[in-house]
This record gives sequence, C-alpha cells and structure tokens, in this order.
Amino acid sequence: MSITLSSGAVPGPRKDPEVALRLGRRRKRTDLIIRTLCVLATLVGLIFLASILTTLFYRGFEAMNLRVFTHVTAPPGSEGGLLNAIVGSLIQAAMGTAIGTPIGMLVGTYLAEYARGSKFGDMIRFVSDILLSAPSILVGLFVYQILVLPFGGFSGWAGVVALSIIVIPVVVRTTEDMLTLIPNTLREAVIGLGSPKWKMIVFVCWKSAMSGIITGILLAVARVAGETAPLLFTSLGNNTWSTDLARPMASLPVTIYAFAGSPFEDWIALAWAGALLITLSVLLLNILARSLLRTRK
Amino acid sequence: MSTTTETNAAETATQGFGGVQARSGAKLNAPRIAIKNLDFFYGDNRALKSINFDIPDRQVTGMIGPSGCGKSTLLRVLNRMYSLYPGQRATGEAMLDGMNIVAPDADLNALRAKIGMVFQKPTPFPMTIYENIAFGVRLHEKMSKSQMDERVEWALTRAAIWNEAKDRLDSSALGLSGGQQQRLCIARTIAVRPEVILFDEPTSALDPISTLKIEELIDELKRDFTIVIVTHNMQQAARCADQVAFFYLGELIEVAPAAQMFTAPKHPKTQEYITGRFG
Repeated sequence: MSITLSSGAVPGPRKDPEVALRLGRRRKRTDLIIRTLCVLATLVGLIFLASILTTLFYRGFEAMNLRVFTHVTAPPGSEGGLLNAIVGSLIQAAMGTAIGTPIGMLVGTYLAEYARGSKFGDMIRFVSDILLSAPSILVGLFVYQILVLPFGGFSGWAGVVALSIIVIPVVVRTTEDMLTLIPNTLREAVIGLGSPKWKMIVFVCWKSAMSGIITGILLAVARVAGETAPLLFTSLGNNTWSTDLARPMASLPVTIYAFAGSPFEDWIALAWAGALLITLSVLLLNILARSLLRTRK
Repeated sequence: MSTTTETNAAETATQGFGGVQARSGAKLNAPRIAIKNLDFFYGDNRALKSINFDIPDRQVTGMIGPSGCGKSTLLRVLNRMYSLYPGQRATGEAMLDGMNIVAPDADLNALRAKIGMVFQKPTPFPMTIYENIAFGVRLHEKMSKSQMDERVEWALTRAAIWNEAKDRLDSSALGLSGGQQQRLCIARTIAVRPEVILFDEPTSALDPISTLKIEELIDELKRDFTIVIVTHNMQQAARCADQVAFFYLGELIEVAPAAQMFTAPKHPKTQEYITGRFG
C-alpha cells in the first residue's frame, strides 16, 4: 500500500500572500513587545537584587573585623562582637537539622516506599506541603505554646524544636521526590534477589537517592539559618555567652533584628556584619547543594 | 544427537518459516516447574487464561508472542514479583519442588532465592562491583570473607565478566558499559545459586555484540540452571531455546520443542506470528 502525497491539484483553501505578509508583520511586532516586557521585568528584579547585595556587601564588609568573631554582644559604645550569636545559630541550626532530618527522611521514605497511591499517604503529603509553606512565625507561636509557656521560659531547646519543625517538611519533600525518581525496575531487581523490603530501602534506595537527599538537607539548613520569627518566641536571644540549651540562646537573625532596629551606630554596623555572614553561609550551602546535584549526573 | 522422529524431521528442514533457523536435536528434560490451570488478574482484568505447560529442567524455555500477550506477566508470576503490587493476583498451580509458587503462604524471599530474575534493562545497584554480587549472597548465606571472595569470583567467571571486572572490583558498578552491567546482573543472580533463572528480554537494550555474548552465556548456563527467557526476537528464541511457548491475548496457543515450533507449528496463529504476519 502506498500513500500519495496531496499535490497542489487538490482543491482546498488557498493562501492569500497579502494576508500572510500582514500576519507575519503583526507576529513580529507582538514578539518585540512581549520580549521587551520580559527583559524589563528581569532588569527590575535584577536591579533590586543587585542593590540589596551591593549595600549588604558594602556595609557588611565595612563592619567586618576580627572582633565580630571573638567578642560577645555588648552594650552600645563598648567593644562588642557577635560570637555568642554565631555560636548560638550554629548550635540551634545543627541541632534542629539533626532532629528534623531523620524524622523528615523517614516520613519521606514512608510516602515514597509504603504509602504510594494510598489515601493516608496523600493526606500526610498534603499536610507536609502546608507546613512547608506555612509562615514560620506560626511555628514559633506553636512551640511557644507547647514548650515555652508550660516549662517556664525561653530556651535553646525550644528554638531547636522550632527549627526542626521547619526542617522536617523540606526533607520530607526532597526525600520523597528523590526516592520517586528511582526506577521501579531497580526495586524489583533487589526484591528479585530475595531481599526483604527494608534492606532494599536502606541499602539500595537510600543509597541511590543519597546525594539528592543531602542536597535537600543542605537547603533546609540554609533555610533555618536565616529564620528569625520562630526563634523570637522560643530561644529569645541572649546578650551573654551561653551554650546551655536550657537557657535563652542568642542567634544571628534575632540579634540582627534587635540591633538593626536600635539607634546605636555600632550595633547597626554589627547587624550588617551578621547579615553578611548569614548571606555568605546560605550562598555557600546553595553552591554546595548545586555541585552535589551536578556530580550526581 | 536425538532419536525422536520429530527432531529428525526438523533436522532435514532446518530452514523454517520466515528464514528462522531453529536449533535441532532438542529432547525435552523432565519438568522443573509444572504449570496447571494458571490464571492471572490485574484487578478484574484476566491477563492469563488457564495456562498449562511444563518448564523442562536445565533447558531453555523461550516465551514469544506479541506485546501484551502475557509472556512477561507469566514470568513475573514465576517469582511472585506481582505480589509487590496490590490488586494483582494469580490462581492455579505452578509447582516447583513440591511447592506451589502462587500459594498465598509461600515464603517469598526463599522462593526468590530459588528463582532469580534478569531484567530488560541492566539494573546495577549503586555500589561496587564486588558488593553488587555479595549483597544477594549475604541475604541468604553467612560466610567468611575468603569464601565470599571465592563466590564473587565464581559468579563473575560464570557470567563471563571476570576478566573485565577483576581489576576493578572495588569501583562502582555504574561505571560499566551496558553489556557489562547486564552480565554483572546475571552474575549477581547466579551468585545466589538459584535453580531457575528468568530472563525478561535481557538483550533488548543491548547492542548486537553484547547480545551475542549474553546468548552464548545463556547457552552455557543451562548446564546448571533451568532458564526461562521472554523475547521479542524470533531469531533469539530459535538460537537459544529448547522449548518455545507462543502466547496470544493471554492464552498459551502452542508449546513445543524449538525445532518443531519453527518448522512445523501446529496452530495457524503461531505460523502467522513466526512468519511475521502480525506482532
């Protein structure tokens, strides 16, 4: 059986060259307008970003010196640094991640490996996604209600819990996404050897998804490193040196919040230095996460 | 080689339908798996209809048929892979060593140690070549490091990949080529020392040279293992199989020794499929 291509002899609608020309001109005009709008919108966004970053870098580096890392916060006018805030932030972010990550990974694993297509799984995924986009001040207020009020005061622990609640949904999402990317044939290959399901998950699935999951964890760390609202109601802040999680604990974002709003110039300078520190560490974490994803491919 | 008149007839007429050259001299061994009245359901959809046939011991059974005919489904019944998915179920009998494979109370991990499977696409685990082999062995046996070394070497040798892999046992299996990965998967499967090996279109993702190596390997392996292979490639079925089963729309249309299947198929549908008139 052969197919004959229709030739010009076939009756049908004819093109009017005049109309085609006019339509072509109109298309080009529309394209120019849309393209101009897109470029303008990009420029506006970039201008804001550039001005934020240049101001931050200019003011931040201006205020940056060794004392920032060696001295704790001090009253205005005296020699002060950010040491307690830096260490407090590191402790709380690290602990929050350490608590939130295993919970998030297990939930994500449950969703991807056990609850795929089930109603209960869909519900958990929905709730987790809501938590992911919930305003972080709600998390702060929640922890304030369950940990700060009943236990008689602000504490590092409350801050850690608040941050871990923010970490969990991020890790749930990336863990599930990364596990879902694994082809089912790989799972069948493991099961086909006579492996129980848990060994399949731990030794093959997690291993395959590891770089993706680590990327998610790094992004979660980057997110909690800059969180202020959940810490305001929980660890509160502390102007003296303290690594005791049972007491209020300083953190960079809360210190920035307190210092930037003050009328004292040296405090404001320290706030810029702190902001620069957070930005640089978030930048570093993002670069790390990206390079991890790249080596995966 | 053989004394049956059937195969003699086949030898004189090796040029079968559609130019497919069947191996001759196949006398079927005693059954290793006996399938009786086997039905399979995807939900309410009956995908296999009263299948009855025997899979001969230490020979190659080729399963052919157009897409969706049920051949891969049958393969996945034999190692209970379908049990991973809710809504899929099988009824009837598939007896292996006095045990019904499809019985609800079958010990699946033990069953899958007896019946290994090699997939269409190579599925190396994200670990070293050595660990790929050792992983499966450790699931079922406890042994010393030196015993494990021996087992790994044995499996890689049997799968004809030892020479290519011996200097890089500690590097990732993901760095191997597609053909090497597939032979690694075969090595991984035989390392568990199964009785039966199921091949689900094992060469459809490979180049001709890798395909040839896998086919030679299958020929080698049938001395020790019972082999079932699903293939879309008629030539491959003819080259590898001792017995061929033709499926169509969930039914087993015809099963016969390969030589007979490719020279004198009994059923008109089989003849049409083999000569390439559909499928």
